[in-house]
Amino acid sequence: MLLGRNANGLYWMNRYIERAENMARLVDAGLRMALTRTQGAAEEWASVVISAGSDVAYGQKYQEHSAANVSDFLLRDTSNPSSVMASIETARFNARMVRTALTRETWESINEAWMALKRMLAKPIDERDLPTVLDAIKRETALIRGAFYGTMLRNEIFDFSQLGTYVERADNTARILDVKYYVLLPSISWVGSTLDNYQWESILRSVSAHRSYRWVYEAEYKPTNIADYLILNARMPRSLTFCYRFVIEHLDFLARDYSARHACHDTAECIHKMLKVGSIKDIFDAGLHEFLTGFIRENTRLGDQIALDYRFY
Amino acid sequence: MAAFDEMLPESSGPRRPYTAYDRWLKEQDPARLTQKTQDAERVFRKTGITFAVYGEQEASERLIPFDIVPRIISGQEWRRLTQGIEQRVQALNAFLDDIYHRQEILRAGRIPKELIAGNEAFLPEMIGVRPPAGVYTHIIGVDIVRTGENDFFVLEDNARTPSGVSYMLENRETMMQLFPELFQKIKVRPVENYPALLRRSLAAVKPESTSGTPTVAVLTPGSYNSAYFEHAFLADQMGVQLVEGPDLRVVDGHVAMRTTEGFKQIDVLYRRVDDAFLDPLTFRPDSALGIPGIMDVYRAGNITIANAPGTGIADDKAIYSYMPEIVEFYTGRKAILGNIPTWRCSEPDSLKYVLEHIAELVVKEVHGSGGYGMLVGPAASKKECEAFTEKLKAKPSNYIAQPTLALSTCPILTEKGLAPRHVDLRPYVLVSDRIQIVPGGLTRVALKEGSLVVNSSQGGGTKDTWVLDD
Repeated sequence: MLLGRNANGLYWMNRYIERAENMARLVDAGLRMALTRTQGAAEEWASVVISAGSDVAYGQKYQEHSAANVSDFLLRDTSNPSSVMASIETARFNARMVRTALTRETWESINEAWMALKRMLAKPIDERDLPTVLDAIKRETALIRGAFYGTMLRNEIFDFSQLGTYVERADNTARILDVKYYVLLPSISWVGSTLDNYQWESILRSVSAHRSYRWVYEAEYKPTNIADYLILNARMPRSLTFCYRFVIEHLDFLARDYSARHACHDTAECIHKMLKVGSIKDIFDAGLHEFLTGFIRENTRLGDQIALDYRFY
Repeated sequence: MAAFDEMLPESSGPRRPYTAYDRWLKEQDPARLTQKTQDAERVFRKTGITFAVYGEQEASERLIPFDIVPRIISGQEWRRLTQGIEQRVQALNAFLDDIYHRQEILRAGRIPKELIAGNEAFLPEMIGVRPPAGVYTHIIGVDIVRTGENDFFVLEDNARTPSGVSYMLENRETMMQLFPELFQKIKVRPVENYPALLRRSLAAVKPESTSGTPTVAVLTPGSYNSAYFEHAFLADQMGVQLVEGPDLRVVDGHVAMRTTEGFKQIDVLYRRVDDAFLDPLTFRPDSALGIPGIMDVYRAGNITIANAPGTGIADDKAIYSYMPEIVEFYTGRKAILGNIPTWRCSEPDSLKYVLEHIAELVVKEVHGSGGYGMLVGPAASKKECEAFTEKLKAKPSNYIAQPTLALSTCPILTEKGLAPRHVDLRPYVLVSDRIQIVPGGLTRVALKEGSLVVNSSQGGGTKDTWVLDD
């Protein structure tokens, strides 16, 4: 038996842990771009902010997109609810609320991540220290995940947690793709140009997939392959299909445990069907941007529906 | 004023309960002990054993300092203590039942009627209500102080929602992690079965209408509460749900919690929310922490609330001074555990004495707790005494006074080695169809040299408390 409030706490705890990690990855990709390109760094940082879904809030605070401003805003600034620090704070707040549902190892890993990052992000980050800080963030979230997978009972608590993780991750991957969708479109891309190679690598890097891409596809970057990898590849842990495989799995576990299916099950099936198209070509033909915005909208709707069906409030 | 030191009295060598520990301690490298103190702090931070201090923005989550020198009580001392505590707890429950029913003790003239009638801790809503199994105060923390080899006194009966038991458990856990070898050398009675006993105890007082295993839950005001860690800890250790007011509502004459599968009935609620916030329909209408209508369910006998509403009348500081009479009235015997002599400032003669001797006395607010709103005469400046005198004169009935006791001391580890500090003891008592007292309790220690205030909110710390299996 699980309180609705605790299901909500678990769901958001995991969304925010996932978000913190994704944010670090986005900044990492931005940093890489800024280092390897002599011009247009500001443009790159701007697209990092858009991918983070924080462009409006950022615009209210800063005029320019510099490495220092963007990384400060996305990593340290607690007035930005999606910054790494704010995300970890929210994750810990939720973890504290649902503490009785977590193993001691899981709680301690979250609490320790919070303590470590609070210390590390207390002062503005020197640009030279940025790689170290980003590594530390990714390491802390990896430790949380390790403790969680290693010790948690596979029950409803686990299911609601995982739903949070995968809904957030799917949202994140879809946003990254949507911000850069135009560089993937064959019609306007100069295949093989240096510019595009950087752009494509940046997309892959922001989902930690720049190396694994080469294990799956040929060495050369191709926009259709990149889109295929991040949308349809069922083995790529940050792809939309992968995320939805697990969203469906955990919703099914819940339906079986509770002997009840809800509207959220239908919503999830609908989204899953969107992803079961023949090939990536069909998505490009129908419009990549339209597909992605539709996906993001439906994914958000699923989150709301889960909250409603399982009495989060 | 020389205080009795429980480990190293002035005469010679350590007292008996401490001999084995003292021998071990002498073999230790001081640097290693200092290291262990730091280890302990790290363990507490990591586990998040923190408490919130009201009114302090910056340090909203602080640790209660922990001292690694245990407070040791012999088996014999403990047996005497528990007899006294059991007697007192029986009397407290009998008093509550009487005061909300026939009020024999008032009729017999043993305590003045005004003390009840005009007391905010007395809940008229509880008149004629008999809680399931007839138990009013299920969980009690009796604060005990010591002044000599055989001199134990009750300082306070906490019969509402005593806190601190999680520290008793975590202190032991920490000590066992830090010094496993010590526990092999010295036989210490275990405390870790407290959560299991608590759960059994709560289940044993389920409503009569509940058949089968009752559903137990812990009600917390929420994660901003200073004792939230403890609420979560106890729920977790007992394997029951930790609920907040908004999780609950009255469904078909029962209290139920909102789960992912709909509303589920609760039979026993261990509440850590004050009476005033329990039911906005009965008590404070602005309370967002309570459950509208829970008192109706309670009166209908469909839920057990532990502790029962209205138990505060039994641990009220004005009632405290009558405890020897109360114990005798209900148990027919003299109190085994003494009270501290108390001047009730509502009585003109007492007030006169207190005003004349304010610099020697401890003056407490009748309804205060947590060490707030009290004056420790010998430690206060002239100005503070004068300010308190004015308060006393303005509302004498709001205060009681007690002599400044030479509380016993126990050594703590400081940078300069062992140093004596004043301590008190809060054992935890569980009442259901039986009375159980876990061997140990929370030892609170005033960390400042010479200080007598042990409250954590006022710079006190804690120690692991050992009851020897001898």
